[in-house]
Amino acid sequence: MRRVVVVGAGPAGTAAARAAASFGVEVVLIDAAPTPGGRHRWDARGAGARAELPDEVEHLPESAVWAIEPVPGGHRVHVRTGPVDGPERTGRAIEARALVLATGAHDRALPFPGWDLPGVCTAGAARAMARDQGIAVGERVIVAGTGPFLLSAAVSLVEAGARVTAIFEAGDPVPGFITRPGGALAGWTKAGELARYAATLARHDVPLCRRSAVIAAFGKDRVEAVLAARLDRDWRPVPHSLRRFEVDAVAVGFGFTPQLELAVAARCDLEDGFVAVNAAQATSVPGVFAAGDLTGVGGADLAAAEGAVAGAAAAKLLGARVRAPIGAMRRVRAGRRFAAALAEAYPLRPGWREWLREDTPVCRCEEVAYGAFRRAVEELDVGDARVLELATGAGLGLCQGRICGRSVAELAGLPETADAFARRPIAAPVRLGELAEDVPVDEGP
Amino acid sequence: MRVRVDGEERIAEEGQTVAAVLLAAGRDSWRTTRFGGRPRGLFCGIGVCFDCLVVVNGVPDVRACLRPVAEGDDIRSQDGAEVPS
Amino acid sequence: MSGIESADVVVIGAGIIGAACAEALSAAGVRVLVIDRGAPAGATTASGEGDVLVSDKEPGPALELAAASRRRWPELLDELRELLGPGRAEIGWDPKGGLVVATTAEAVGPLAALTAAQRAAGVAVEDLDADRAREMEPYLTEELTAVAHFPDDAQLQPVPATAALLAALRARGGEVHSGVMAEGIVADRAGAVAGVRTGVDAIPCRAVVNACGPWAGHFSETVGAPVDVLPRRGMVLVTAPLPRFVGRKVYDSGHVDTVAGGDAEPRFSAVVESTASGTVLIGSSRQGTSFDEGLEVEVLRRLARGAIGLFPRLAGVPVMRAYGGFRPCTPDRLPVIGEDPRMPGLWHATGHEGAGIGLAAATGRLLADLFTGREPVVDPEPFRVDRPEVALEAGA
Repeated sequence: MRRVVVVGAGPAGTAAARAAASFGVEVVLIDAAPTPGGRHRWDARGAGARAELPDEVEHLPESAVWAIEPVPGGHRVHVRTGPVDGPERTGRAIEARALVLATGAHDRALPFPGWDLPGVCTAGAARAMARDQGIAVGERVIVAGTGPFLLSAAVSLVEAGARVTAIFEAGDPVPGFITRPGGALAGWTKAGELARYAATLARHDVPLCRRSAVIAAFGKDRVEAVLAARLDRDWRPVPHSLRRFEVDAVAVGFGFTPQLELAVAARCDLEDGFVAVNAAQATSVPGVFAAGDLTGVGGADLAAAEGAVAGAAAAKLLGARVRAPIGAMRRVRAGRRFAAALAEAYPLRPGWREWLREDTPVCRCEEVAYGAFRRAVEELDVGDARVLELATGAGLGLCQGRICGRSVAELAGLPETADAFARRPIAAPVRLGELAEDVPVDEGP
Repeated sequence: MRVRVDGEERIAEEGQTVAAVLLAAGRDSWRTTRFGGRPRGLFCGIGVCFDCLVVVNGVPDVRACLRPVAEGDDIRSQDGAEVPS
Repeated sequence: MSGIESADVVVIGAGIIGAACAEALSAAGVRVLVIDRGAPAGATTASGEGDVLVSDKEPGPALELAAASRRRWPELLDELRELLGPGRAEIGWDPKGGLVVATTAEAVGPLAALTAAQRAAGVAVEDLDADRAREMEPYLTEELTAVAHFPDDAQLQPVPATAALLAALRARGGEVHSGVMAEGIVADRAGAVAGVRTGVDAIPCRAVVNACGPWAGHFSETVGAPVDVLPRRGMVLVTAPLPRFVGRKVYDSGHVDTVAGGDAEPRFSAVVESTASGTVLIGSSRQGTSFDEGLEVEVLRRLARGAIGLFPRLAGVPVMRAYGGFRPCTPDRLPVIGEDPRMPGLWHATGHEGAGIGLAAATGRLLADLFTGREPVVDPEPFRVDRPEVALEAGA
């Protein structure tokens, strides 16, 4: 089992695969997409170069890792390869001495009235659709939420031909926090990137409204208008500050939720909702490493640096002669400072709960309305995620709480809300017929 | 390449996702929810929300935002939950 | 632990068995406090399918308790509705019936033997031909060799049911405290129960009910009156929601053996049923005798194969979740219900394995009957604590 398996071909995973391969160990890189590069591509210009893989890396595109099991001396990774969600995928179980998890994160969306209308999507969806597919999700779009990623989404929309009416930033980050010379971000490439975004948005007259949010969307079969409000310090709407905007799309994002299911399945320890790692990106589980947004959200450069460290550490575990990746480790330390500053600058405030109404769906899959949800929580002394799901229905649907989990856990007052819903031993859906199949086990070299 | 969207023939491009084909066809929703019959389309765009489910070549519960379109695909709206044939 | 002054009885474990015992005791006028180290219904109860079955119990004490519980649940539900008012006692009661299915020639004989035995014991059974069975369950396999219909099999939702039982307890002045770990028992000079130790504090009481489910063996050992209860793991697959797919609980005729088998070896049988939300639950497996939570893909594979064997159309349906629960298992496959003669005031109500949801109603009643000296709802003898199969020697 002298092999490294890397899950996820974003900046972290590709860097890990490249680093491990450079030390001469066998590497398999598994990813859901047809091409490597990952789903966010924070830094558009660097994405192409990063995505190039050396021939020594076996890249398995269009492949879903749906389960991992411990086996003596490593882990067994269960993969289905082929068109997404298709029953004609082929199965394979790949064994690895070292596993690098680089499964990334997805946008967090907070519930608000009308968030289930077509035309409301996440900032990440709007951005991916614009950048990867050349399609703007609407003609007149409002971008709302919190964090610098909103700017990137707005730029993508503008470049795809949409008119961005406004960006509503719910937070109120300290002015100059990002660009301040000598601050947390000294020397970090993010500053320049954000300056470019700001210039593009200024050129297109896109106003950035701080301490404001879309608190409701209206429309019959799709969004036709939204209500925006000024927010107080806790994100409660300020009375008499409501304004109505006619739009045909809203892109929302409130930070990111790491995709923890494989890390949780491998029983990695978590810390503040992310996978805990040491300086070598090793998790609490021997042979399992984590890199990228799984360990904290800090953008592609940090992810790539973490990936390079993880790949080297994984190769070392296999007995390869490895030079310490000192440069990458330095970039990780700098990037973590940026990530910490980012998290501190864009916190979520509890006032979003006041945007909800009795009939607002808190769980999109199971269509659980806030009023019914609250009554069910009051009925039962809900103390953990599983009971919350069974008592309210929230989180029991196809997304398995990926979208609503953190929010409903917060609404129910559960502790440790970031990972309350992350236990998903089946990490991606497989059809029963696929599950029933015998699959070849590839034990590797 | 040629595909069908709810019976109508359309031209799609290599590398497009099924969701992109649907959006390009002017569709903003292609699934209804199973309790309220509410329209749903693209939401997370990266395969985690399962809102954009669609029937592809007779197979329901396919995530339109992740699925690359293939020559001859028969794409159909999904009506709530469907039993695969 | 301010706020907990004292109680007549402290029930340890707020799963459905603890909740049912507490409810029944409170209905008899006893002042009850329920404590749980976690949250109510958070462990074994939350991973149950909610079966209230008479079809899968062997004639004898197991079936007697099951039949009593099947009679008791609708009565109990009426009482809860009366007490709590409409809407607050919705436990998803669904007397949907069960189909036991044979798909091979070899399985016909054992199924006939099962139905004959159940019928002789007074359980309603109807033999169906394949056409009638497929009329009732249109997606059922065409490969049927024999089918038996058990109209009295039922289902309920374990978490809301536990909530309703605990709500009834509170309505009668009882209390439920989550996040309180029972660390031991305070005994008086005669060795009888005088209280429960909860780490920093002790709660005075005159009786304790050990309703710790799979952890009941561990607790009993801690307090020096060990009973042989071990965890056995059962896995369930959950599919994506479907429009009405299976109306009853449908299982293959090998299931009874799976439930009855007592060893650590994994056992499988196909059990398929729908939930109110449209998902299909697929069981069942039994394996192990420890709290090992690791996922075993081979177990899931066996479950998938069994379900497709009963319902071929399931092959195309996505599985979105797998969960495992630990069930409290005794060597003779019977629950332990009653007072422990080794320590007056210590009661046990555990060892129901995968049938605790169904058996909870009669278990609570029986325990309260014995506690108050009423005529017991079933013969308590087979469940007594000091039977040689379950009572272990302290320190052994």
